[in-house]
Amino acid sequence: MNGYSLKKDAAEIRKLTIRAMASAGYGHIGGSMSVCDALAALYGGVMHVDPSDPDMPDRDRLVLSKGHCGPALYAALAYKGYFPAEELATLNANGTLLPSHCDRLKTRGVDISTGSLGQGLSLASGVAYGCRMRGYASKVFCIVGDGELQEGQNWEAIQFIAHHRLDNLILIVDNNKRQLDGYTEEICAQQNLADKFMSFGLKVFLCCGHDPEAIFRTLEQAKEAGAPSAVILDTEKGKGCVFAEIPGFNHYMVIDKTMAEAACREIDRRLSDE
Amino acid sequence: MSDYLAERFLLDTIEMRAAYCDALIAAAEENPDIIDVESDVQYSMGTRKFKERFPDRTINCGIMEAHAVGFCGGLSSMGYIPFYHAFGTFATRRAFDQVFLSLAYQNMNVKIVGGDAGVTATANGGTHMPFEDMGLMRLVPGMTVIEPADSVMYKTAIRDMANTYGNYYIRSCRRKTIKIYREDAKFQIGKANVLTQGTDVAIIACGIMVYQALLAREILAEKGVSARVIDMHTIKPLDKGCVIKAAEECGAVVTAENHNIIGGLGETVCAALSENHPVPSERVGVEDKFGQVGTQEYLMEIYGLTAKDIARKALLAVSRKNKV
Repeated sequence: MNGYSLKKDAAEIRKLTIRAMASAGYGHIGGSMSVCDALAALYGGVMHVDPSDPDMPDRDRLVLSKGHCGPALYAALAYKGYFPAEELATLNANGTLLPSHCDRLKTRGVDISTGSLGQGLSLASGVAYGCRMRGYASKVFCIVGDGELQEGQNWEAIQFIAHHRLDNLILIVDNNKRQLDGYTEEICAQQNLADKFMSFGLKVFLCCGHDPEAIFRTLEQAKEAGAPSAVILDTEKGKGCVFAEIPGFNHYMVIDKTMAEAACREIDRRLSDE
Repeated sequence: MSDYLAERFLLDTIEMRAAYCDALIAAAEENPDIIDVESDVQYSMGTRKFKERFPDRTINCGIMEAHAVGFCGGLSSMGYIPFYHAFGTFATRRAFDQVFLSLAYQNMNVKIVGGDAGVTATANGGTHMPFEDMGLMRLVPGMTVIEPADSVMYKTAIRDMANTYGNYYIRSCRRKTIKIYREDAKFQIGKANVLTQGTDVAIIACGIMVYQALLAREILAEKGVSARVIDMHTIKPLDKGCVIKAAEECGAVVTAENHNIIGGLGETVCAALSENHPVPSERVGVEDKFGQVGTQEYLMEIYGLTAKDIARKALLAVSRKNKV
């Protein structure tokens, strides 16, 4: 693992995501940007996967429960080599294999379909339980948003995961502190997420969500935790895309190619300043 | 008289829940990927024996139907075949979006087994009495929906569901029913069973209403009306060919179901009729009401689910024949 290399990976995933959304003319930019550094770490070495063999039985698996951020996952998959990056331009086009929300029947490398918030963690628990019964060493990562944790099904799933000691499951929270209608704190506050997870029986790790090297290290620790774990990533909604780094509404934005190219230039400029 | 029917209609010697458990154990002996998933109704639904035989293949999630269904989806993605067993109300109504998106939308292979169908929920009353479960499940694309009439068919259906990829909903009752079928009767999911021939009216029924339909046939015979009785155990996909043939040959149709007449067997049969061969038709079933506590006999009486009700509606359909 190389810190600069992961930062560069994250920058490339951001640029691919922004350009794909510009092809569609719109997208869930805020939450897609906040999760790019985690995706860079996951596909940059944390996950045991092989893009030439996406069905490899003992692979690690990812459930992007915040399914509306599919475009960021597609960018990471294309960057990793699951399919040509040119395909990203078909995002949401009629008949596309890359729909807004993740679809395992359409997209190479997507393990589980998501989109109705709160369902991914239960699915991930079934995958993790199944991996354990099959005797695979596989790890299962599940990314949820902090707003998504308002859905009660997550807490059903967490009770189950803790009870069955699914230590091959790692819950990742993209804690960008915002949801569609505004700040999570103002809409329905989560109180202390780490305390909640700990009292439910998970081992908790906290990490800056925009330092891919730190995320990499933390996820490696979580893999060896010997207990089901939650990694809470401190993130910012819209991070890294200059026109989305605003305090106002950035959940879903109209994006044209000029905006996209300016944002990509800014990403390159920031990377060269590192 | 029939390739199917038992010589006499007697109360079965085994409970429906025992038939389920035996069939699931038999399927699991053959296929190591079959898993029993529960949400804290193992005692009520009678799958303790499965747990004793396969302790590592029984997973009791606790009281969390939404999670349990999602969990089944994840297991299915790993090649397992979960049978999720719960009261019909909660398996379908409470976990509807999970059934829709965590299972059907992503082409999983999960079998949902809903217990205490309709009025057979008796003393549990309105909160636990599913009159809407088949309707909900019919609305899920690709979902197969089944209601067996007795233990012989139940066991066959469980075996066939285990051997066929896809998402299924099967509803049943837990106690003993009247045994309709010979032990060696053969069934095919999606293919209706014509139990008796008849020329004046066809009674198309499912579940416990099949026996009521056979009784109604006798009432009608006394009045000189010849009724064909069809067990439409698969509500979706519907055996349209059988429905159309019955309409062509009998000229009138009555449906009978232990379910709301909205969304269930009656609606799907009437849609097939009106699109293909419209004839006078009547629906016997719960007429847009909630459940309540009571004995099964009492509830069948007040919701109009008896042989008498079927015979009355059959005569009505027959009387409408020449007025169309």
